[in-house]
Amino acid sequence: MIHTSETMYKYLRPDKKFPHVWCAGCGIGIVMGALVRAIERTGFTKDEIVLVSGIGCSGRMSTYLDFNTLHTTHGRALSFATGIKLANPELNIIVVMGDGDATAIGGNHLIHTCRRNIDLTALIINNNIYGMTGGQYSPTTPMECKASTAQYGTIEKPFDICKLVEACGASFVARSTTYHAKMLDAMLSRAIDKKGFSVVEALSQCPVQYGRRNKKGSAVDMMMWYKDNSLSNPAFKKIPPGEVGEQFPVGILVDLDEPDYLERYSQIVKKAGGDRL
Amino acid sequence: MSGKMTVVEGSYAVAHSVKVCRPNVISAYPITPQTHIVEDLSQFMADGKIPNCEYINVESEFSALSTLVGASATGARTYSSTSSQGLELMHEVLFNASGMRLPIVMTVVNRAVSAPISIWNDHQDSISQRDTGWIQLYAENIQEMSDMTAQSFKIAEDKDVMLPAMVCMDGFILSHVFEPVILLEQELTDEFLPTYDPEHVLDTRNPLSFGTFADPSTYTEFRYLQQKGMDVALGKIEKAAEDFKTIFGRYYGGLIEPYMAEDAEILLMAMGSVVGTIKDVIDKARSQGIKVGLIKVRTFRPFPVEVIRSAVSNAAIVVTLDKNISIGLNEGALFTEVKSCLYNSDINVPVMGFMLGHGGRDIPMSTIQMIIDKAAQAIKSGIKVESEYADLRGELL
Repeated sequence: MIHTSETMYKYLRPDKKFPHVWCAGCGIGIVMGALVRAIERTGFTKDEIVLVSGIGCSGRMSTYLDFNTLHTTHGRALSFATGIKLANPELNIIVVMGDGDATAIGGNHLIHTCRRNIDLTALIINNNIYGMTGGQYSPTTPMECKASTAQYGTIEKPFDICKLVEACGASFVARSTTYHAKMLDAMLSRAIDKKGFSVVEALSQCPVQYGRRNKKGSAVDMMMWYKDNSLSNPAFKKIPPGEVGEQFPVGILVDLDEPDYLERYSQIVKKAGGDRL
Repeated sequence: MSGKMTVVEGSYAVAHSVKVCRPNVISAYPITPQTHIVEDLSQFMADGKIPNCEYINVESEFSALSTLVGASATGARTYSSTSSQGLELMHEVLFNASGMRLPIVMTVVNRAVSAPISIWNDHQDSISQRDTGWIQLYAENIQEMSDMTAQSFKIAEDKDVMLPAMVCMDGFILSHVFEPVILLEQELTDEFLPTYDPEHVLDTRNPLSFGTFADPSTYTEFRYLQQKGMDVALGKIEKAAEDFKTIFGRYYGGLIEPYMAEDAEILLMAMGSVVGTIKDVIDKARSQGIKVGLIKVRTFRPFPVEVIRSAVSNAAIVVTLDKNISIGLNEGALFTEVKSCLYNSDINVPVMGFMLGHGGRDIPMSTIQMIIDKAAQAIKSGIKVESEYADLRGELL
């Protein structure tokens, strides 16, 4: 049994960095709680973890959590993290990004990190909007939804982040939501333990910038929507095409055993007659 | 002449100016503190108030400016707005735009550059882009910013200039503050700003190439001609300010604006919103009999060398105030440029540089007063420190 408040307190920087900037009803705090529980479960010490974040609401997580942290530029967190992993493979690196951060300005880095399959854990908090800058539409804003830069609704097709990273070669892909908080920390534990590039998409409500504009109700209503529209992957696969509607699968979607980048690197070094990485 | 005053946010005033300049393509990516401008433009678009215009919210600043390079090459009047990291990310494309001689206009809402992360104001972002071949103008207040935006289209699109222009306003201090402003009237703006009619465009009936390979036998001449465009721009900036005055009745100087400078012994030089504070301090100092004045630099690129030489020639000392630093030289850009334009001239005025207001640090009147006191001391006993921070917190070091 994990005592939540004690665990949280252990990993936070409560004296220096609070109060936090997240709005009332924001889901990112729930995601941060799940991440802390997941790390607690893996048994790594705080010093064995590096938390790398980009820019945006999600980027603030590296400010509040007491690990080795690197707060980087918008969209580039995975590239910074790749450097850390190459230079010190012993470290466990968790990269926290938002949907705009990871799939718009950082989309290039995301697809190539997948392809490279380097041993990092990416936590992509998807709230379907650029929250911090005032509600502009992002690559995951659903079609026809309103945003401050789409007064009559977006006309661009959104990414399905899990499908995108699966297609690009990530070893482990999972999705959970702020409603499924316990599942989220279980997914994150698995992702951290997984060798290779792991991606966990956490659907997280933004009642202020996304929900309000699109009449999604309160934060609780938005979480209930996650509950009502999510299915396990096997159940989701049984839905006939054309009847999927807004439903989406949660849980582990991809779990492959493939050599990661550093393993392949090590093999090529040996092949070339070298004796170390 | 125009006249009706309304109280609006700085960002709104800029968005309104862009609207009445009748852009054809607007492309932007969210970044604080620029965002309100493009949000207001997005609202105008949704309300059908910008005819013949396309608006796209792209996936990065790199794409935002690249989109405009494409659009501008087809002959569209193009606009974007950004800040800080967004502008730094555009760096490569800034050279593309100027090298292809595309008169894109961009508002830079000045913000400090990370690391450490700061959303607050200084000029490090635009100053870092000094050598990219863009015209750089700096506004003191919202009215000037609003008017300068229209002027910048006219300057950039002049057939003898054809260079992109960034119009810089201080983040939050100007972008988020509400002030009484005369919003540009559509009719007067149409009279002031002609339709954009470029000589060279991408057109299937008359195919052209933009940005092609230039081997060592031709590359230098492209750069030389960009500089020629900048030289011509000096006069066009002054002309645009005069034309604007004729139609709208407002004038802020052309390349520079002198304030109580004529008989000044201590001559301060600065850019942007800090100028307002400096003017207040000068008024106070003048009432005490201290001969202090100011040169507001409106145009940083092209740098108005001749105008500055003649403006400072009678001063006992020139003091620059910079919201940026060249790390490794320990000088702000204005300091470096002013010194450089006085060297090899027959003007022998000492120059002192102060850096201040970095990362949004407030610049109270007392800081300006302290700078004036130090300058007065330097007239008597010589300059002890050439360039330093005026507001360093020694207790943190």
